[in-house]
Amino acid sequence: MHLALFFIFAAICVGGAINLLAQRHPISSALSLIVVMGSLAAIYLLLGAEFVAAMQVIVYAGAVMVLFVFVIMLLNAGEEERIPRASRVATMLGVPGLIIGLSIGVWVVSRITGLGEIGIGGPTVMHGTEAFGNPQAVGHLLFRQFLLPFEITSILILIAIMGAVVLARREE
Amino acid sequence: MVPLSYYLILSGILFACGVTGFLIKRNIITIFLSIELMLNGVNLSFVAFAAQLKSLDGHIFVFFVMVVAAAEAAVGLAIIIAVFRTRETLNVDRVNLLKL
Repeated sequence: MHLALFFIFAAICVGGAINLLAQRHPISSALSLIVVMGSLAAIYLLLGAEFVAAMQVIVYAGAVMVLFVFVIMLLNAGEEERIPRASRVATMLGVPGLIIGLSIGVWVVSRITGLGEIGIGGPTVMHGTEAFGNPQAVGHLLFRQFLLPFEITSILILIAIMGAVVLARREE
Repeated sequence: MVPLSYYLILSGILFACGVTGFLIKRNIITIFLSIELMLNGVNLSFVAFAAQLKSLDGHIFVFFVMVVAAAEAAVGLAIIIAVFRTRETLNVDRVNLLKL
């Protein structure tokens, strides 16, 4: 059951990521990234991470992507134009970069799982009956052991807000 | 029971897609979206290892990654708006001078 659900949502995930690369219009790319984030939230639920799944939907697929779509529509961004012989190097390095990245990923996985071959199999993730990453458990950890980093993030957010206001302000 | 390596392979695929988009796309907003895709791939491996090790520290780390990503999106999009105001373009090939 878990395996079937994992494969369904992983297929949606990879399809969305490839669609992000294939689309020329930024709005289409943003919407396919929302698909990726939504199916990732379902995979987090499979892993028992309830709090992270909720945060994924609310913060990422909600707030951050709304900001992106808002800016795309504000700037009226059309299809990306191709300038011939502008940055050919980056375009040529893209596909080899994908292959190299994938092989490094598979190599790391095969080393971690301790298998000589491609690393299929290995230890299975135990799915308990109860989700262990519920908001209560995460909150206990966050507000006791990690209280200082949590408070520091509020300063970070404050600085980010002020930076965004200063940068986007119209110069007089 | 899903093997841990499946989650890690999916995470690697997402990260590689993000790197590829970062390299081949020329629209600055799409490049930004690729960075978010890379962050999501890394978050998946954090959560997978947290479930494997029965430890909640990975979830806390994902929380902080999300906070930093939100801050980064706010500042980055403000920079994009500022660049668009002066250059009237979103193509990174046309933005080749630091001076606005």
